[in-house]
Amino acid sequence: MADENGKQTETESRPWHQTVTLLLVSLRLAALVATSTAAGLMAFNKETKTVTVAVVGTNPILQSFTAAFQQTPAFVYFVLANAIASLYNLLAMLLRPCLKNRGRQVLVHLLDMVVFALVVTGAAAAASMAELGKNGNKYARWNPICDRFEAFCIRGGVALVAAFIGAVLLLLMNALSVVGLTCKNVTSNNN
Amino acid sequence: MRLFKCRVPIAAPCSITKMVKSFRVLYLLLRLLAAAAALSAAIVMATSHDSTTLLGITLEAKFQYNPAFEFLVIANGIGFCYSLIALFIPSSLLSRLVIMFDVIIAMLLTAAIAAAGAMAQLGKNGNTHAGWLPVCDQVPNFCDHAMGAMICALVGVVTYLLIVLYDVHMLLSPKLLP
Repeated sequence: MADENGKQTETESRPWHQTVTLLLVSLRLAALVATSTAAGLMAFNKETKTVTVAVVGTNPILQSFTAAFQQTPAFVYFVLANAIASLYNLLAMLLRPCLKNRGRQVLVHLLDMVVFALVVTGAAAAASMAELGKNGNKYARWNPICDRFEAFCIRGGVALVAAFIGAVLLLLMNALSVVGLTCKNVTSNNN
Repeated sequence: MRLFKCRVPIAAPCSITKMVKSFRVLYLLLRLLAAAAALSAAIVMATSHDSTTLLGITLEAKFQYNPAFEFLVIANGIGFCYSLIALFIPSSLLSRLVIMFDVIIAMLLTAAIAAAGAMAQLGKNGNTHAGWLPVCDQVPNFCDHAMGAMICALVGVVTYLLIVLYDVHMLLSPKLLP
């Protein structure tokens, strides 16, 4: 009788467990897309503007100004953090058959939290830099740069939005994997 | 089929072992430490103020002049209030909600310290490509205060990390749930 009850709880909870697993995989895929978009957009973010600074006789002297992501440490960290996050999500999706073990699932859950923290800090630092570039800080005599480098700012903004979406998706994944881990605990304890 | 099929036992057994009791004490101590660190970070940043006169122009530095530092103060204020509330919540009913909010507040604090750190690095080194000069040599008092506030906030973040780890441990071995 205990066997029947055990089997019944297993088959009853299986559709719920399958839903959770399916949701987790789709969330991970979406987070992979979001973080890789953010990293790629910011990594190829570069704008060069050539202006005439002086005219000597009839020859104009040109000088080119470049805005690139390497010039700001916050953006470098942003690209690195999102690249690490997307690589981790890719690995976690590819190695899913090897991760059926419960101990390994706990490890994946903890690594998920680490990667979530990475993405959040990267996005926050880049957001503070972006706000400064857009509005400037008149008290520190820092002029905004977005009026001169519009394309740079727009691309950076889209990358930032993608990173925030990735962070929200990672948070949902965190909550869902907690649900998945505790439910598994009960079904294995019921047997 | 009920939506929540998994019932994790949320009432601790009558005989709480010594290990569980010491875990409870450690948990309360961690929360108190997090509250203290968040409060001190908020206060130290809020009291940072320095001004200097350069060629007749007064350069004043306050935390309100910088959105990232404002965010640090507000986030640590929220963290302090939440830590105090979470200390006094009756355990069994809301522990799941507390665990979820723990993760959210921890991420809020880490985001705040990340943004403030980026701004502080800019204030110390400047950015030659954007034509932004460093300000820390002109207002050293403000920079020292900001550094102290960020150290306190970092302590708060590490403590919240330990709290979140303890929450995960609690969820995975249900007899430790209060």
